[in-house]
Amino acid sequence: MTTETLIWLIPLPPVLAFFLIVLFTNRNKALSHTVAVGAAFLSWLGAMIVFGNSIFKPDLGKAPFASSLNWIPTADTWLKIGVQVDPLSAVVLFFVAWTVLMIFLYSVGYHNYGQPAGDHDHPGLPPHGATDEHGHAVPSIEPMYSRFFAFISLFAFGMFTLVLSDNLLTLFAGWEIMGLCSYLLIGFWYGKESARNAAVKAFMTTRVGDVFMLLGIAFLYSATGSLSYRDIFQPQVLHALASVPTPIFGLSAAGLIGLLLFIGTVGKSAQFPLHVWLPDAMEGPTPVSAMIHAATMVSAGVYMVIRMFPLISLDPKTMTIIAIIGTFTAIFAATIAVAQNDIKRVLAYSTISQLGFMIAALGVGAYAAAAFHLVTHAFFKALLFLGSGSVIHGMEHGVLHTGDHSVDPQNMFNMGGLRRKMPITFWTFLIGGFALSGFPLLTAGFWSKDEILADAFSNGHLIVFITLAVAAFLTAFYTMRQITLTFLGEPRTKEAEHAHETSWTMTAPLVILAGFAISAGWVGIPQDFLGLHLNPSWFHEFVGSTLAAMPEATPFSWVAFGTSLLVALGGLFFGWLVYRNVAAPEQDKLQIPLLKNKYYFDEIYNFLLIKPSYWFAETFVYQWVDKGLIDGILHFFGKAANVIGSVVRKYIDLWFINQTVGDGTAHITQWVGKNLRPIQSGRIQQYMLVSLIVLLAIAGLLYYLLVIV
Amino acid sequence: MTAMQIFFLITGLVILGSALMVVTTRNLIHAALWLIVTLFGVAVLYAILNASFLAVVQVVVYIGAIAILFIFAVMLTRKEMRDRGPQLNTGWWLNAIIALLTFGGLFWMLQGWNGFSKTAADFPSGYDAVGQLGKALISPDAFVLPFEVASVLLLAALVGSVYLAFNRK
Amino acid sequence: MIPLSWFLILSAALFSIGLFGVLSRKNAVAILLGIELMLNAVNINLVSFWRYGDVSQMAGQVFAIIVFAVAASEVAVGLALVISVYRRRNTVIADELDLMKW
Repeated sequence: MTTETLIWLIPLPPVLAFFLIVLFTNRNKALSHTVAVGAAFLSWLGAMIVFGNSIFKPDLGKAPFASSLNWIPTADTWLKIGVQVDPLSAVVLFFVAWTVLMIFLYSVGYHNYGQPAGDHDHPGLPPHGATDEHGHAVPSIEPMYSRFFAFISLFAFGMFTLVLSDNLLTLFAGWEIMGLCSYLLIGFWYGKESARNAAVKAFMTTRVGDVFMLLGIAFLYSATGSLSYRDIFQPQVLHALASVPTPIFGLSAAGLIGLLLFIGTVGKSAQFPLHVWLPDAMEGPTPVSAMIHAATMVSAGVYMVIRMFPLISLDPKTMTIIAIIGTFTAIFAATIAVAQNDIKRVLAYSTISQLGFMIAALGVGAYAAAAFHLVTHAFFKALLFLGSGSVIHGMEHGVLHTGDHSVDPQNMFNMGGLRRKMPITFWTFLIGGFALSGFPLLTAGFWSKDEILADAFSNGHLIVFITLAVAAFLTAFYTMRQITLTFLGEPRTKEAEHAHETSWTMTAPLVILAGFAISAGWVGIPQDFLGLHLNPSWFHEFVGSTLAAMPEATPFSWVAFGTSLLVALGGLFFGWLVYRNVAAPEQDKLQIPLLKNKYYFDEIYNFLLIKPSYWFAETFVYQWVDKGLIDGILHFFGKAANVIGSVVRKYIDLWFINQTVGDGTAHITQWVGKNLRPIQSGRIQQYMLVSLIVLLAIAGLLYYLLVIV
Repeated sequence: MTAMQIFFLITGLVILGSALMVVTTRNLIHAALWLIVTLFGVAVLYAILNASFLAVVQVVVYIGAIAILFIFAVMLTRKEMRDRGPQLNTGWWLNAIIALLTFGGLFWMLQGWNGFSKTAADFPSGYDAVGQLGKALISPDAFVLPFEVASVLLLAALVGSVYLAFNRK
Repeated sequence: MIPLSWFLILSAALFSIGLFGVLSRKNAVAILLGIELMLNAVNINLVSFWRYGDVSQMAGQVFAIIVFAVAASEVAVGLALVISVYRRRNTVIADELDLMKW
């Protein structure tokens, strides 16, 4: 089988798993997870084979594995569906396949497979615990177990479609499938109102971005007549797009299209100002958070920008806007993260911040660096999320043990000392946290973040450089804060004392991902690192070959290297220093209300946008237009018909037809009869008289007619 | 003006006068008696017309039977001896006009007929009108059938009138 | 000698008088008297036509005889009716015998 055929087959097992689970195996939990994990494994296998073929194919950038079919006929052309694996999609495929498989495996343990069904568990609410035969409270299995696997299978299908597509249409199809699945999965526990609201919020916010993205796609299609990457990235097409001006902000066509597509990424990858959905999305189960917010969905936004880089980079104004938004988001989210107490919220804002890094990198033209950070971030963020899930599971075990359900198992201030209770989770989380902070040399995050900072510095974008450096410092700081509060020190609550390690289905993925978090960076060591003459960075060479012109390798800069070393180690040290003695929120000096409440953005949006929309829908459209105007017109017609009917009845039917024609005939007949009756008086002389008169008359008439005439 | 004409005129006057009295007199007995006078006059008229048999039959049947019957009927249907109130209907002048119109019409129609003023042929001498009448009445190719039917009619009338006027007590 | 027209005029006059009597008299018997007058007028007509036509044709006289018979029977039945009605209704005024009205 050729590589192209294999590429077509990669997205198939998850979608088949979705249909199988939904239609057939919904009741059987074991069968459902086997189908789902098996499908993820098959896709992983296909992806690894394709990746292997890709690395060893020379000139993959110039001649990618590609195949497309005619899909929708439009006038005299076709919209196509197709797959393409070039170096960029090969590396993205690699990390997507790994993280998807790890998350699927993790979900088996996270949803407590093998545990008894809960005492009073309802589908739609998180499982609440069961009582085993000894009378102990134990975790209970998720009632909607199969449904979860169906949804994440569909989600995996969407991501694979997006990554492997060769045109914007298929990419958009995958994009929207993931949007749908994020709604379904964030609102997985639909019995909780907060989850429902979060799902709607996520969907609506990303939808705002998607609308603009669709406008960009439409504009691109109308300008070039094709949506396929190979057609768009022809030099003459790009040149044509770059030279056509548009009336908006003085952008060229390429710049406007790029900006519109970027707005889609702003929504999907939760950049400012459409970042508000991502923290609320923590309502979903932790594997969902890992999947959506680390490995796949938010990466899709960045992937799309990287993919469209040849187009977007044509207009310097667009690039500036992208850089500004990315940088601002990076620092903005980092400042909020330092004030959060929920273990998952910290990671959520961290994700937003790191995505800001990637976007900023693209804004300054660091193509390979952004891609590199995308890959490494996927691994360590997935690791951190899964690790936090493991921590939460341990804490829930403690909550079940003590029976005190008022203790929030996700609040870091209720944790502490978990390094002894959950060692595997601790070490893997530590590796992930160090990777996020950019701990030098040993972790993947260091290499990718360093490359971004180096790129920004050497291209002269100093504001970006400094802001990103501050953001990196804050990243290290809050990461260490998180690790200190959660794992170091002594347990602060009884629940933390009774936590214990989770099952192998949860810890094995953590270990594997930790391995990647360490080693993934080593493929991207820059050529002249520390002035040494090493081999060119394999990653840079490989991914850079996707572009028509290989981007230059960033020259090594001691300033950048020193800065990134300083902020990483400094942040980690300060974090440990400050928080090793903090035991309660009151002692935390960084619990600033502005930061804790996310700069009140949710409240601002509510006031500016949500409430007016509700007013418009509820009052204006529903009450005034629909009930008042439209129903009013209909009522008017009804009343008019009534009036016409009653007029017809009263005047035509009752008066004319009944009285005049109907009863009238009878009356006339009666009147004629009544008046003719007296002729028959019973008096014979009268009869005789009448008949004589008539006889005389007839005689006269006959005489006149017969004799005279 | 021959004698026959004068005789005829007197007879005619008698007839018409008594007829008028019949229809106008109050007392019904008087009316019946005036009828007898009229019938006599008609009998005389038959005699003028040489219908001798009919003259006699008139007297015998009409006067002897019918007029008597009338007198019986009048007497049987009187509430008291005298008739009171007007005997003519209230609209009698209209009836008079109609009668006059009838007469006028008849006269007018007849006078257009060319045989209106013809005179009588002489009666053939020795002509036995009565015998011929008798023969005509009973010969099968003459008028025996009407004659027999008339007798049946009389029978029916007899039976009928007896039945109708029978006083069941 | 006597023209036919005199007889015919006489019979017409008698007939009219009888007609007047029939129409105008109140008493039912008086009406029958008027009818008798009319029948007599008819008879005069018939006989005069017999005499002033072909005398050997007996049809005129026979017809007159039949009329006699009819008149007699009619009077008989009529008076029987009047008497019967008088016995029931106690009146012979024709106007009061109007049960056959509407």
